[in-house]
Amino acid sequence: MTHDEMLRSDNLPHEPEKATLEGKNKFLGFWFFLGGETVLFASLFGTYLALKNSFGSEEGVPTTELFGLELVFIMTVLLLTSSLTSVYAMYHMKNHDFKKMQLWLGVTVLLGAAFLGCEIYEFYHYVHHYEHTFTAHAFGSAFYTLVGFHGAHVVFGLSWILTLMIRNARRGLNLYNAPKFYVASLYWHFIDVVWVFIFTVVYLMGKVA
Amino acid sequence: MSKNTNSTHTDAFYKEKHKEEMKYQVITFAMMIIFTIIAFGLVAGGFSKYFTIPVILVLAAVQFLFQLYYFMHMNQKGHEMPALMIYSGVFAAILTILALTTIVWW
Repeated sequence: MTHDEMLRSDNLPHEPEKATLEGKNKFLGFWFFLGGETVLFASLFGTYLALKNSFGSEEGVPTTELFGLELVFIMTVLLLTSSLTSVYAMYHMKNHDFKKMQLWLGVTVLLGAAFLGCEIYEFYHYVHHYEHTFTAHAFGSAFYTLVGFHGAHVVFGLSWILTLMIRNARRGLNLYNAPKFYVASLYWHFIDVVWVFIFTVVYLMGKVA
Repeated sequence: MSKNTNSTHTDAFYKEKHKEEMKYQVITFAMMIIFTIIAFGLVAGGFSKYFTIPVILVLAAVQFLFQLYYFMHMNQKGHEMPALMIYSGVFAAILTILALTTIVWW
């Protein structure tokens, strides 16, 4: 088999994302990066927990009054479902079905965008109705840094997946781009993992205590 | 053309295997939705905080493992290095959170 034939989508091997050395390296390197991201988010979570409801000499609304559970629940379901649709996309990638993979990645992007819309509305609501801003007090700074940093990850993940989809739309699936799609989907799952802790530690625990 | 027949056999085998994986992933998704509803329900139901907080933290930890092992495929072969990396990350993360939350006690 020639090199060109190897790269064509009708001859893909089993697990195309790990069939090349480059793919294997991307896979390992990305997990290393995720380990680092875990620590990064931990420092933001730690900061948030330490500064939760710290208003200093300023007036502020405590977590029990500030947060609303309905919107957070909708956001959680949106993000969790988008995690499932990106699993569907990887399922079709493993079966070498490029069109269906693109379709499910598209659904993932839509759900992610809906999540982002809810988050923007939420922040807007806090700022305009509760004067809960980034610079108002230590609690505000810690809250927007943690949740906003997660939101920035969602923005980055969406742009990443969209770029991959558009750039490879006419190329089809091959050994060169399969690892890219796989790694982007890992990133998307990691975003959902972080959100699980945000809705538990920030919103639910904020509502209880 | 024995080679081609062979590859259709392996194709069918892997297709079946991927289907099996997908089934577990859908079950995982259903469990995560249920856990999420339980966690929100506990908080909305207004139970004692000494009961609610540990329970929702455990639910979050289980969801974390579900994501890792099913959605991110860590239950498959060849994930020793990813496990080492993510658990080192989790170890450092726990230390970080402990340090930052205990430092404000004084």
